[in-house]
Amino acid sequence: MSPALPEGDQAPDDGRLPASVVAGADARAFGVYLHVPFCTVRCGYCDFNTYTATELGGGASQHAYADTALREIELAASVVADLPRRPVSTVFVGGGTPTVLAVPDLARMLGGVRDAWGLVDDVEVTTEANPDSVTPESLAALADAGFTRVSFGMQSAVPHVLATLDRTHDPRRIPDVVRWAREAGLAVSLDLIYGTPGESLDDWRASVESALATGVDHVSAYALVVEAGTRMAVQVRRGELELPDGDDQAAKYELADDLFEAAGLGWYEVSNWARTPADACRHNLSYWRGDDWWGIGPGAHSHVGGVRWWNVKHPRAYADRLDRGLSPAAGRETVTGDGAVLERLMLGVRLAAGMPLDDLPADSRRSVAGLVADGLVDGHAATGGRRIVLTRRGRLLADAVVRTLVS
Amino acid sequence: MSPIPSAAASSRIHPAATAPELLRNFCIIAHIDHGKSTLADRMLQLTGVVDSRAMRAQYLDRMDIERERGITIKSQAVRMPWGVEDKAFALNMIDTPGHVDFTYEVSRSLAACEGAVLLVDAAQGIEAQTLANLYLALENDLTIIPVLNKIDLPAAQPEKYAEELAKLIGGEPEDCLRVSGKTGAGVVELLDRIVELVPPPTGDANAPARAMIFDSVYDTYRGVVTYVRVIDGNLNPREKIVMMSTRATHELLEIGVISPEPVPTKGLGVGEVGYLITGVKDVRQSKVGDTVTNASKPAAAALGGYSDPKPMVFSGLYPIDGTDYPILRDALDKLKLNDAALNYEPETSVALGFGFRVGFLGLLHLEIVRERLEREFDLDLISTAPNVVYEVTLEDKTVVTVTNPSEFPAGKIGDVNEPMVKATILSPSEFIGAIMELCQTKRGELQGMDYLSEDRVELRYVLPMAEIVFDFFDQLKSKTRGYASLDYERIGDQVADLVKVDILLQGETVDAFSAIVHKDKAYAYGVMMTAKLKDLIPRQQFEVPIQAAIGARIIARETIRAIRKDVLAKCYGGDITRKRKLLEKQKEGKKRMKTIGRVDVPQEAFIAALSSEPAGSAGGKDAKKK
Repeated sequence: MSPALPEGDQAPDDGRLPASVVAGADARAFGVYLHVPFCTVRCGYCDFNTYTATELGGGASQHAYADTALREIELAASVVADLPRRPVSTVFVGGGTPTVLAVPDLARMLGGVRDAWGLVDDVEVTTEANPDSVTPESLAALADAGFTRVSFGMQSAVPHVLATLDRTHDPRRIPDVVRWAREAGLAVSLDLIYGTPGESLDDWRASVESALATGVDHVSAYALVVEAGTRMAVQVRRGELELPDGDDQAAKYELADDLFEAAGLGWYEVSNWARTPADACRHNLSYWRGDDWWGIGPGAHSHVGGVRWWNVKHPRAYADRLDRGLSPAAGRETVTGDGAVLERLMLGVRLAAGMPLDDLPADSRRSVAGLVADGLVDGHAATGGRRIVLTRRGRLLADAVVRTLVS
Repeated sequence: MSPIPSAAASSRIHPAATAPELLRNFCIIAHIDHGKSTLADRMLQLTGVVDSRAMRAQYLDRMDIERERGITIKSQAVRMPWGVEDKAFALNMIDTPGHVDFTYEVSRSLAACEGAVLLVDAAQGIEAQTLANLYLALENDLTIIPVLNKIDLPAAQPEKYAEELAKLIGGEPEDCLRVSGKTGAGVVELLDRIVELVPPPTGDANAPARAMIFDSVYDTYRGVVTYVRVIDGNLNPREKIVMMSTRATHELLEIGVISPEPVPTKGLGVGEVGYLITGVKDVRQSKVGDTVTNASKPAAAALGGYSDPKPMVFSGLYPIDGTDYPILRDALDKLKLNDAALNYEPETSVALGFGFRVGFLGLLHLEIVRERLEREFDLDLISTAPNVVYEVTLEDKTVVTVTNPSEFPAGKIGDVNEPMVKATILSPSEFIGAIMELCQTKRGELQGMDYLSEDRVELRYVLPMAEIVFDFFDQLKSKTRGYASLDYERIGDQVADLVKVDILLQGETVDAFSAIVHKDKAYAYGVMMTAKLKDLIPRQQFEVPIQAAIGARIIARETIRAIRKDVLAKCYGGDITRKRKLLEKQKEGKKRMKTIGRVDVPQEAFIAALSSEPAGSAGGKDAKKK
């Protein structure tokens, strides 16, 4: 969750949604995101809504947090009751560092979701985890509680890069945690970051190779973005760190894509690679496909049928509102017209599946030929499959492609 | 008697009934900031024309923009009574513009006077423009009264500068009056001296009227207010008058004097200074320098010295927001009513859209017009680098006048004539070397050098005007730590080896950046401009060559490499709204971009490339000593 909430309309205190969200709900999957706003250490580059203090007071404290979140689940259940009944197909617990909470707390939250809506048979339940906050036992306990997947914040295999990122884990632990998770029956993903100040192309190659050496079936690789307001942004401003360069990041993206492909992992989204389609993260796919999901927790975003909203940011304010029986939503927007087209485009083109050409307005379709000529859009997919699928160069310039398509 | 004449004495100096021997017409020649307006304020107070309660600083400077810049653009004439030894005199103070761009207006103001107060800051000494106007006054046979102002300043060096003035105009240093416009010290003595030394006007009271227009101002309510000095005869209310240059007849709706607000009178007689209102709505119908005569008994010959204002510097003015174009057009139409020197015609630029090519008297004029457009009409403007007017002779001997580099003829051409100026630079002598070096690089030729005093020197150069409008002011200032001052005047043309350098973006000429430069400087211009644009234009999805070319010959090249990464790595549930808003903003930004070929160039890149042209910042205030 990014720290600055968007500008939006006032959200109603009862969290009610307009009747428009009902249309087509049957065709949309329903997922739940659970935000855990705690970490043991705050990383210099991180702009997520997370706190290192264990005692924020009241329902915002770590030990009381699961109960507070359960209260929002109850509220969500009453609001969603107006829609056709849909069991939850994916749950994603993110943070922060979800695994700073005790496994029983995580299990209770998941239980709350199950009680409210039910879960589909092949439900995907992911949690993020830090490599140094798990043990074989804790991972087995997560699996017992119903978790099916774990995503480790590996970031890099190179000590000086991890140090710049303020990551505290020992990179040598990665093969172990992957093995433990697999032994517990969990699917595993590794997160990597490239373009950290001071990271050479060889450093990055070492990180990618070491991730692949674990035999993992899913990898996410993100270019480092130095967000305003982070400690790293201050270090860059002071000249202590050199801002990651776009060309360097592009070279690293291409290198990673080559290595992943060679290891049998194919891209299915700009920053995500999986061994088989079944290994893709279904929860994340639902974001790009425009499905419905409810985000539980401070600062969490939700989307139901074209209405997007976001909760108040601070855990205290969040707990206070729920204590008073009010929706924790801070603002919302209903996305229609050009905004909805732009949103579909910017999300759809990120996927290897692309988006149907015929979903585009006529004006946008006319600029596709130019994008094919520039080598940004796959010509075969456009002519044969009538889909917009980005080439590798196009993936790196996805925003430019979107701007071209909507201008 | 008191300096303010009694009622009895005043009856002899009523307008239209004042004997010429009781009139004194004078102006004040001073550099910007040497305190002319403040001195005028004191005179208005001491003569009782304005009482202390109504007094406001720089009373005579009408427009806000003038007040803020501390400069006077529009001259006015104020009639002030002054008594010396029981005798009442009528003093007409004619305010003169102080900047090089307005030399013609200055010359007409001087022609309306018999005397001039040469006002010099006692802490700074004379400046180049003051010197130029002094020479102009001497050519007009004006009686010069040297005055050192600001003697209250701790840094004042009246002895030193009195000597300098004595050397310039002859006479003794002791003849130089010392005043303070701020405290009022010495101002009474100055008024007395004006009465004593400035000759009364002479003229033929019985001849057909001939009055010279020395200023013409458009007023929203009254139409054009014309300021005149009557040379011969007299002008009377309700009579018909004729403008001798155009032979146009107008009825005099009102005639009067300014004291300091307009006061209608029974007319204006020989030697008198006042205003006329005829109901015309455009200052072009009442031109500075023209002669006004009676329609019933017209004069045979006009007074000499009339000429039409000629624009010397041209620049393209474009609204940053293209939809403001009609507002800009209306604004120029309005300003034109009050500015006979302003001329313009519509122009289209590939890079900048719809705008106007505007002709100005000089850089200050340009700056003032631009500032008034932005301030009074709430316009955001972008102006192209100012250029002078070239005469290009083609092979078939036809002559083309080029006011816009993009009109420079392609292919084989014969001679190119460029306008030249005679420049006078005053500076502390320690900077002689730096100034000579600068003038050398600007294709200048030294004509002479004189020491005004031990440590102050006057350098005279002939320079191409194009070099002056480029960045001469700024460089002169920086090379002399702000101490040098500059004046220049047009002195004809020279044939020069000039070429047009075009700037091409992906093979397409960007008209706004074409420039006419000397052959030896073409390469430097090309390198500078391509490098600048390379930094200003964002990387595109493809490689973009930027070239500088003379005709088909490429003289410089830079390449903007294709952008490799333009994608947000993470786009999950919580990022979508923020990301969509960012793209919407970028989409709006893209709309405001100009597309040259396939290259999207943000308006800001054009503005930055054009506005960092130092010429835009040159102006009157810049040339002054700090």
